[in-house]
Amino acid sequence: MPVNPDIQGRVFAPTAPYLVGREKVREFARAVFASSPLNFDVAAAAAAGYSDLVAPPTFPVVVQEATLAQLLAEPDAGIDFSRVVHGEQRFSYTRPIIAGDELTATLAVTSVKSLGGNSMVTAESTIVDARGSHVVTAISTLVVRGDA
Amino acid sequence: MSELTVGDVIAERTFAITRDSLVRYAGASGDFNNIHYRDDIAHSVGLPGVLAHGMLTMGLAVQPVVDWLGERGVVLDYHVRFTRPVLVDAIEGAHITVVAKIGLADEDSTRIDLVVTAADQTVLGKSQVRVSFT
Repeated sequence: MPVNPDIQGRVFAPTAPYLVGREKVREFARAVFASSPLNFDVAAAAAAGYSDLVAPPTFPVVVQEATLAQLLAEPDAGIDFSRVVHGEQRFSYTRPIIAGDELTATLAVTSVKSLGGNSMVTAESTIVDARGSHVVTAISTLVVRGDA
Repeated sequence: MSELTVGDVIAERTFAITRDSLVRYAGASGDFNNIHYRDDIAHSVGLPGVLAHGMLTMGLAVQPVVDWLGERGVVLDYHVRFTRPVLVDAIEGAHITVVAKIGLADEDSTRIDLVVTAADQTVLGKSQVRVSFT
């Protein structure tokens, strides 16, 4: 089944708030081979003017995961997870994610294109904090392989 | 940072990753796609073997820039294209090398271009980090 082009422009319900834990920041930082004290040492983060540990630049993927799950579960989208390849990824930040942030992501499908039997789906997750202020937008381009 | 010149290499680092790194990243990120830890599943979908998560490669590739930047500024934008998968051998693992160069330097922001290779092949394309100094 090809990807349904009608999902272009669709905006999903905001995800449940995700509370960024200090130990989760450390766990993620270790997993991406981070060595910045801002990711591990609260005193170092405080000295740099942050209220708590700073998350690594790709940490928003943890929050984005919930939105991509929404997309894959959408009954009429026609996206078969086993055929999905990650094509591109972008993060555009207003500010870094800090431990203690309560983040909510809203997914919009901004583009669905066909290319040589494959479909390219661009999914944009806008991530805001508890006050509704923008933190980061995570943009994924997924390549959904057509029938071989 | 007017002393920055386009083409300057600001950081270079090689990361040795293993299957353990993939399991750790799966847990930390929540991406439990089993092609990242099971050869049989990877083979069944036509892959030569277990691959690193693209997002792990993206996540570690920016670290030399993060360390170079330190407390002097923040990342404004980070973009990559996943051009080739990184195969992670069960015994040998894989090595991912990152070379970070100044791509563009203007008053508002600096663009750093990353060349990211594994087994002498480029694995991320158009990999760019925009930073600003505070």
